[in-house]
Amino acid sequence: MSVTKRRDDRRAAWVFLAPVLVGFVVFYGYPAVRGVWYSVTDYTMLNTPSFVGADNYTELVKDGEFWHSLLVTVWYVVLNIGSQTILALGVAALMHRLTRSTVLRATMLLPWLVPNVTVGLLWTWLLDTNLGFVNHLLTSLDIGPIGFLTDDTWAMPSIAAINTWAYTGYTALLLYAGMLQVPQYLYESAAIDGANEWRMFRRITLPLLRPVLALVLVVSLIGSFQIFDTIAVTTFGGPVNATRVIYYFIYEQAFRYFHMGYAAAAAIFLALILGVLTAIQMRLLRASRSDLA
Amino acid sequence: MRIKNFSASRTFAWVVMVLFVVVTVFPFWWMIRTALTPAADLYTDNASLLPHDPTFINFTRVLGLTTEAEARAAGGSGAHINFARYLLNSVIYCGLIAGFQTLFCAMAGYAFARLRFPGRDTVFAILIAALMVPPIFTLLPNFILVKDLGLINTMGGMVAPTILMTPFAVFFLRQFFLSLPRDVEEAAILDGNGPWGIFWRIALPMSRGPLITIGLTTIVWAWKDFLWPLLVGRGEENRLVTVALGVFRQQSPNTAPDWTGLMAASTLSVLPVLILLVFMGKRLVQSLNFTGSK
Repeated sequence: MSVTKRRDDRRAAWVFLAPVLVGFVVFYGYPAVRGVWYSVTDYTMLNTPSFVGADNYTELVKDGEFWHSLLVTVWYVVLNIGSQTILALGVAALMHRLTRSTVLRATMLLPWLVPNVTVGLLWTWLLDTNLGFVNHLLTSLDIGPIGFLTDDTWAMPSIAAINTWAYTGYTALLLYAGMLQVPQYLYESAAIDGANEWRMFRRITLPLLRPVLALVLVVSLIGSFQIFDTIAVTTFGGPVNATRVIYYFIYEQAFRYFHMGYAAAAAIFLALILGVLTAIQMRLLRASRSDLA
Repeated sequence: MRIKNFSASRTFAWVVMVLFVVVTVFPFWWMIRTALTPAADLYTDNASLLPHDPTFINFTRVLGLTTEAEARAAGGSGAHINFARYLLNSVIYCGLIAGFQTLFCAMAGYAFARLRFPGRDTVFAILIAALMVPPIFTLLPNFILVKDLGLINTMGGMVAPTILMTPFAVFFLRQFFLSLPRDVEEAAILDGNGPWGIFWRIALPMSRGPLITIGLTTIVWAWKDFLWPLLVGRGEENRLVTVALGVFRQQSPNTAPDWTGLMAASTLSVLPVLILLVFMGKRLVQSLNFTGSK
């Protein structure tokens, strides 16, 4: 490579990188530092922030509402990830054995394409206690009506079910893509040995899918911890705090009560949880690439 | 190997599959069905699968095409709503973000993959580390920054944090540029092209697939965006469809929500992605294989 080419490269590179570097410094780097700074101040968006040390953090640790929101979030994550993963695994396995239809796959993708806000509204109407279609079905079976989104024991499971509906197809397609990587001859030789479908699934598909499954699981976990949109149009955190998840808690602290410093501290807490999960995800990403490439 | 012979288990598997598809699609049918129903029929005919007396009034009133009195008579609250405007805002928002972000991230990806400059690997590593930073961490400071810049209630403020870059797009496009054959580039250099010429005339046209993939995924995420546009673009003139739906829902009285109007508006919010799915379905499905990490 000639010297002029290299000098050309150097000058061009900074031009090529300019927009991305500006975006990175202004909207990632600088805000990250600001976020940490706000968390140790009493900032309310109206005052000049003044340093209060670890006050926000000690208050946060003593705040029952904060711990409640964390607990509610974990409850949601468990419900949602559990149902979504099991269902998606089943659907992906069925698809793998039955059809490669693109139309079917596109249909499965539809709920994922739709804004969460729309999904929330759709289901608020379907689950309405008096006029909703689901309760109409239940009443005709002599069950209910159930206040899915208005009864505090039902609210969170209902939200989890709504998002399971929204994301199962998407998750199933990711798992299906992983299943297509499993070598066909393994199934063929297992069939010759007289293995049945269930046995093949347990002994071949599932073990070989493990890296992909782990990755998909962590990705959904990260997403679930950040649930906000659905709750912002269905229950608004209610009934009686039953669905006031941590993202909603932070949102209200910041934009309803203007406790910016306090909200920033809570955001850092959530960011730590998500940071650990993301670190795991990036490790898995590397592992699954090398396993399947 | 597929299950070849007709058997009980195969039939059962198909039944489960069909059931899954029905559950996936039915809520959309119910949404459209409700949108086509006159508000008064909700109380008399609330479980029939077809609208009793189909009407387009719910669509025309949420699109702002009827008078306030007509809208009120059809079950509306009388609050001003104009989904035609919000749809246009959403399209502009998605177009700006997808277009510019893809271009800028492609430029950076190309520089990281193909150009030699000091500090390249360090800069790239720092950029990738930003993948670990969750959005909630930068949300509050970014809001204050945009507010201090006087960009609240402007399209500029709404697109600012994402229009220039996302670390994932840089990472993804760099991966692709690494795999481009070198000899094409060398031929272009002999023809007297500089780095920009090679990028613009050779590298970009050769990467149409990955560019469309990242562009499409960006459009989908931008279309779904809610919290950031809610904070920055709450005002009428820059309101996006998702934000408008949230506002509409909150304006709707708790005792008797305007369900027919809400479902008409919801249908409008689904329509553009449905069109996208019909025309780009195959590409969207394929793009999942790449972007599963997002």
